[in-house]
Amino acid sequence: MSEFIEYSLLGILSGGVTALIALSFVLIYKGTGVVNFAVGEVMMLGAYFYYAATVMFGLPPVVALALGLIGIAVLAVAFERIVLRPLSGQPPVAVLMATIGMASIIHGGVEAVWGGDTYSPPPLLPRTPLIFNDILIPGAVLGNFAVAAVLIAGFFAFFRFTSVGIALRATASDPVTAATLGIDINSALRLTWVLSAVVGTVAGVLIASSAGLSPLLAAAAMSVFAAIILGGLDSIVGAIVASLLIGWVEALAAGYLGGKSRDIVPFVVVLVILIFRPYGIFGSRTIERL
Amino acid sequence: MSVAALAIENIEVIYNHSVQALRGLSIEVPAGQIVALLGSNGAGKTTTLKAASGILPFEIGRVAAGKVRFFGEDIANRPAFKLARAGMAHVREGRHVFADLTIEENLTAAANALAGRKRGRVDTDRVFEYFPQLRERRKQVAGYLSGGEQQMLAIGRAIIGEPRLILLDEPSLGLAPLVVQGIFSIICRINREQGVAILLVEQNARVALDVAQYAYILENGRIVVNGAPEKLRGDPDVQRFYLGSGDTGEGHASFRDVKHYKRRKRWLS
Repeated sequence: MSEFIEYSLLGILSGGVTALIALSFVLIYKGTGVVNFAVGEVMMLGAYFYYAATVMFGLPPVVALALGLIGIAVLAVAFERIVLRPLSGQPPVAVLMATIGMASIIHGGVEAVWGGDTYSPPPLLPRTPLIFNDILIPGAVLGNFAVAAVLIAGFFAFFRFTSVGIALRATASDPVTAATLGIDINSALRLTWVLSAVVGTVAGVLIASSAGLSPLLAAAAMSVFAAIILGGLDSIVGAIVASLLIGWVEALAAGYLGGKSRDIVPFVVVLVILIFRPYGIFGSRTIERL
Repeated sequence: MSVAALAIENIEVIYNHSVQALRGLSIEVPAGQIVALLGSNGAGKTTTLKAASGILPFEIGRVAAGKVRFFGEDIANRPAFKLARAGMAHVREGRHVFADLTIEENLTAAANALAGRKRGRVDTDRVFEYFPQLRERRKQVAGYLSGGEQQMLAIGRAIIGEPRLILLDEPSLGLAPLVVQGIFSIICRINREQGVAILLVEQNARVALDVAQYAYILENGRIVVNGAPEKLRGDPDVQRFYLGSGDTGEGHASFRDVKHYKRRKRWLS
């Protein structure tokens, strides 16, 4: 029984970072209708910025994280201005292709600069494990979850209570009407891309500082797809619940069925759930009322 | 003479580089007045409003010729959000409430039109005073409101921005006669109490002529008749085609069949 509890806790806690990555996807999907295939690469690039700032320039982790976030935010603004703005009015598929292109540019760039080796950037968070009877929760897992939880709570508050957050939701729901109400939708879109990139970077740094950094980090985002689809692409709450659920299932599968099964079992679970709820757990069937 | 709230001079609008929707259309909305723009489907009424509020680019449309002036200022190529902030509110056809936002959040989003003019708390009372039934449901998601309430919310969003001109597109669309009456009497109150000019696009000519001080009838992208409501009400062609009275029974007829002689007569008079 205590084994079950330990696996469950580890799984759900590690779902926190998954939820951050999922949030990075869902922000863009809700805001622009585009599935952003560059989330993994942005995450990885942010983590390399962090690595460069800590190891190569010897800055303290928190400062390095701040620099990494600023760097990624600047790149997101540039990407929006140079690549996406000219594509506005084009179908979402065009933007989707642009994100795939961006992903390979970042991937190639990172490999060209840092190579394919695995680095270990210094930890961002303390690593004191939590021991409770015979259950041991590693400090990194706990810390990552805490950061993810605080950040996600912050996002919820932002979208619910601030006027900027409400303007972003309005723009996502109907950009033309938003414009007639005085919302500058270009800057709303820019902010959406920046927020998504920043969230992805935090996730990347958390993963890199607890599990090591290599270009393979980008692939972590692909496994998050299961969570996003399960949650219902356009639901932030759904993405979070699904991330935790998938983290839990993964941990149980790895614990009881062996390491390899953790890549398969979650997708099987997702398939089964989608048979019964094709729009995801929380995905919206559009409200139609005329 | 004071400056008109909106003066559209000889504009031509072209969609997608090929489809001409307006052909040399001119209308004027004096400050503080209600002007009605009537006409059948596809006449170009909605396009006229879009040309004024700057949302044509979202539909690959553009003003190819002519001028649009907002309180005297040429506003060609001004982006929609800047016009909204300058005091031009556009209530689009079909209401377009943000379905997954609450009433209050819809109004908060609309307060962006005040950017650069006024700061501070969103003055929702301004809206609830006209539409008390929205107050009771202010925490409710807008997608589940009735059609009439959604129209009230759409108008409410416009007045949050304290506009000088409201472009109001088909407020009666799909609503029961009683609800339409209620909404129109509030539109009149808003016009009177806030001193805001309103350009009202309607298919329901009867209600529109009741509230307007001046009216234009649009057909195929051109103004075919204009004048005070009393004059239009008395016009036999208008009666026949837009008010549904006068001699009918000849079956199919179009305004086009009668308009040359009307036109010549107007030109002579």
